Amino acid sequence: MTMTGVDEDPDGDPDLFGVRPYAMTDGRTQPSTHLDLMSLVRATGGGMVAPEKLGVEHAQALRLCQSPMSVAEVAAHLRRPVTVAKVLLADLIELGVVIARFPPSESYSDDPSVLRAVIDGLRRIV
Amino acid sequence: MASDGSYEPFPIQIKILIAGGFGVGKTTFVGSVSEIKPLTTEETLTAASVGTDSVYGVENKTTTTVAMDFGRISITEKNLVLYLFGTPGQDRFWFMWDELSRGALGAVVLADTRRLQDCFGAVEFFERRDIKFIVALNDFEGGHWYSDDEVRQALALKQHVPLVRCDARDKRSAGEVLIALLESVLATSIVATRT
Repeated sequence: MTMTGVDEDPDGDPDLFGVRPYAMTDGRTQPSTHLDLMSLVRATGGGMVAPEKLGVEHAQALRLCQSPMSVAEVAAHLRRPVTVAKVLLADLIELGVVIARFPPSESYSDDPSVLRAVIDGLRRIV
Repeated sequence: MASDGSYEPFPIQIKILIAGGFGVGKTTFVGSVSEIKPLTTEETLTAASVGTDSVYGVENKTTTTVAMDFGRISITEKNLVLYLFGTPGQDRFWFMWDELSRGALGAVVLADTRRLQDCFGAVEFFERRDIKFIVALNDFEGGHWYSDDEVRQALALKQHVPLVRCDARDKRSAGEVLIALLESVLATSIVATRT
């Protein structure tokens, strides 16, 4: 598994945001699974690893996707560059604790029923 | 789509881009309508990932960091989630727009009458990619008032592109802009299915 090094130092600096972002990815800048900004990730509730075995950042990312969340949002909540979030999430996907759904390539721009549903929804909100 | 019953199903995702020049009010706009505080994240890109055509064979990769902000509007009863992505305003980040615009339903080009030229690039980008868009004039105090015709002319807007006015700080006003965009996309889709 490629996750060694993530929690080798449990007594390390609690100031997470002082850590260089790519330290938590072991310097990796390429996620093992392709993820898009809009890809939705969600915890499976299962998988091959106990959550307490994960590093701090992986555990944080896993917690964020208890309900479906976009990769962009995970990155923002982690306050990390998107690439870092992608690497972390791809690790979790490999472990089987998270699944992803790619954004559909269609944009629904020619689906009147979806468009009407969005318009009605917006009217109620604004 | 995965559906294992015990979990919330993945919602239908709609992506709308909020574009326009630097400082035109994109973040404000996103913040007004978003149900969450606008989130900001950064994308670190290397030139090699940016458009393989233009940098093919370049040995020295350059790295650049782009800040983007986005918001979310959930329409839970329909299991829909609308994502608003504010596009980076500076021209040098054009390459980011390709990933951002993939699968986008449409775009709002925010414009400021004091600096109309700042949104030329966005208008041109969406025209060229055939992405539906609407131009929303963010009414800044102290801005000179121009008629719709004057603005259309200045931006060389095609007749079918809606032009609206808004106050990006106001939730209702910003929401109306989104509704106007969706209605224009809907009108086009109905025409398309009839022909």
